Amino acid sequence: MVPLSAYVAVSAILFVTGLIGVLIRRNFIIVLMAVEIMLNAANLNLVAFSHYLESMTGQIIALFVIAIAAGEAAVGLAIIIVVFRGKISTNVDEMNLLKW
Amino acid sequence: MTDLLIIAIPVFPLLAMLLNGLLGSRYSHDIAGRIACSSVGLSFATALAVFANQLQIGGVREVVVYRWIFGGDLNINLAFLIDPLACIMLLVVTGVGFLIHLYSIGYMHGEEGFTRFFTYMNLFMVSMLLLVMGNNYAVLFIGWEGVGLCSYLLIGYYYDKVSAAKAATKAFVVNRIGDAGFLLAIFLVFYNFGTLDYTQVFAHASQLSPKMATAIALCLLVGAIGKSAQLPLYTWLPDAMEGPTPVSALIHAATMVTAGVYMIARNHAIYDLSPVAMTTVAVVGGTTALFAATIGLVQTDIKRVLAYSTVSQLGYMFLGCGIGAYAAAIFHLMTHAFFKALLFLSAGSVIHALGGEQDIRKMGGLRKKIPWTHALFLIGTLAIAGIFPLAGFWSKDEIMAHAFVHHHYVLYVMAAIGALLTSFYMFRLTYLTFYGRSRMDHHTAEHIHESPMIMIGPLVLLAGLSVIGGFPGVPPENGWFHHFLHPSVAAGAAEEHGVSLGLVVSLMGVATVIALAGWGLAHYLYRVRPEAANQWASKAPAAYTTLLNKYYVDELYDRLFVEPTKKLGQVWDWFDRTIIDGLVRGVGELTESSAWLSTWMEKHVIYGTINVIGYSNHLAARAWRKLQSGMVHHYAAIIVAGLFILVHLVVVWWTMGAVR
Repeated sequence: MVPLSAYVAVSAILFVTGLIGVLIRRNFIIVLMAVEIMLNAANLNLVAFSHYLESMTGQIIALFVIAIAAGEAAVGLAIIIVVFRGKISTNVDEMNLLKW
Repeated sequence: MTDLLIIAIPVFPLLAMLLNGLLGSRYSHDIAGRIACSSVGLSFATALAVFANQLQIGGVREVVVYRWIFGGDLNINLAFLIDPLACIMLLVVTGVGFLIHLYSIGYMHGEEGFTRFFTYMNLFMVSMLLLVMGNNYAVLFIGWEGVGLCSYLLIGYYYDKVSAAKAATKAFVVNRIGDAGFLLAIFLVFYNFGTLDYTQVFAHASQLSPKMATAIALCLLVGAIGKSAQLPLYTWLPDAMEGPTPVSALIHAATMVTAGVYMIARNHAIYDLSPVAMTTVAVVGGTTALFAATIGLVQTDIKRVLAYSTVSQLGYMFLGCGIGAYAAAIFHLMTHAFFKALLFLSAGSVIHALGGEQDIRKMGGLRKKIPWTHALFLIGTLAIAGIFPLAGFWSKDEIMAHAFVHHHYVLYVMAAIGALLTSFYMFRLTYLTFYGRSRMDHHTAEHIHESPMIMIGPLVLLAGLSVIGGFPGVPPENGWFHHFLHPSVAAGAAEEHGVSLGLVVSLMGVATVIALAGWGLAHYLYRVRPEAANQWASKAPAAYTTLLNKYYVDELYDRLFVEPTKKLGQVWDWFDRTIIDGLVRGVGELTESSAWLSTWMEKHVIYGTINVIGYSNHLAARAWRKLQSGMVHHYAAIIVAGLFILVHLVVVWWTMGAVR
């Protein structure tokens, strides 16, 4: 029987991996993939706790998160394509229009 | 159907007025004149139809055109009332009006503002018709003011002439005095009855207290005095002769000035309640009849003699109303409209022939040169002088006989002397104008010409009416006219007097003798011994100059009212300029200096404060906006940092809670 703390630890490692990816990588697509990793870390947490607490709610929510993650990936990729058409680049540092 | 006809009567001239007034400059004078005349002609034809209907059916007919003012207790309709009295007035107004319109085409031919003239004339017809047809005091008042306005506009027709402009203003201002009284009367009526409709007011008139009835009747009388040029407000009428002659004939002889008589006859239900008011009306009328006649004796302007004669004849009508002989007064109104319109228009024809000359001292001997005009003027003179059996004889004699039979002997004597003077000054006018040597200068004499058919035609018709116009009223007090009018003016106290035929005939004889005496005197003074008139005048120079200067009434009014008013105006002018303007200027300067102060405050204090706040914000913003790098991962890093801090705080809080 794998203890809950193991799941949580794996989940935390995954999350931090995704977080670091988001913060340090400059390629928009990779940033998006890092975000997906963070979402999956959260999913793992939800499923683990669901099993631990013997409640199905967490697993259902995990399913929702997966669906939303798919939608988010689709929208994100679409944005990347649009931006790429204008900039001929996927470098996040060049996308700095959101300032004063 | 009849309702439509009734409404149509004032609509015809209204349409013509709008057409000529708005589009008149686009077409020729000819067309404008035709439109104006035919509209009044149509009105007359319609009025005849309404009259025929009245003859067949009788009774009183009311037509509501539309609800005009309604709210609360006040309900006023634009509505017409057709009864025998209104019928007579309608026929006189539209009939005489039509003839005068026809005449005007010839008289005004070639005048500048021809279309304007006919626009005003038609507007006058509309107002006058509203006045006589209205079924309540409000409509009467609208017409009353409308005719006053048209009178003003038409007296001032030659507005570039100073005397005409002044006469117009005088007429307007003097009429305002009367109108103020009339308005008061209307307010009193509304206060007492809560309505302005004739039928309801007269139905409940008997509930008035005697004092209130007297008050209303006297206020109405003030209005009538103003409009009908009675003592003491008559002074505007002679000056009104500055207008074109057809205007004098239509407005200042035949129709508008008789509005006061119509109004009193219409309101007889109220007058009958107040012996005081009745006596006042009779005294005003009798005095005016005599007073104006004496002035007429010596005037030298052909139109002014006729103007004073009009004032005098209106006095007879007032006298008739005042002694309860309403039918006789309306009868005299009608015959007077005929023969006075005839006289004025013939005088206009004389003036036309002489190229604008109005002074009878510069006329004479015109009988041969303008025979038609002479014959017509003579008929008018015979009619007004009261020569049997012309129109004026019957109507004037009836008023005088009524006064005698009802024991108003003083009034009778005044009226009789007035009649003598009337006969005298009218024949004096005729002799000086048409007989004797010519006193014209050579140039005028050469250009004398008889007036065109369009002028003579209406005159012939009016002359015919002046001859036969009296017969509907024969026999006196019991003729067709009186029976027709009886439902409208049946006085409560109209008890039948068993007057013997002998008395009636002898009064007629006296009247005839009076008229003939006046004629004879004029004939002696101006025909047989032309130099005698001047001798008589020089024998009593004081009396003569007084009469010539019209008893100095104008000068008296000038001193008493006009000059003080001007002085008062100057005082107020000074007050306005120094006190009120000073206050205003002071306030202005105060505002200006306080504005300067607040400008200074704003510039230096408020702007300073605001600038300091703004600038410090600006500086702070310069530092803080560095945070907004625009780069997504910077934001993400800050979010994560914030998250860490929050989680840290939560954990610390928990552990502290656990410790405690």
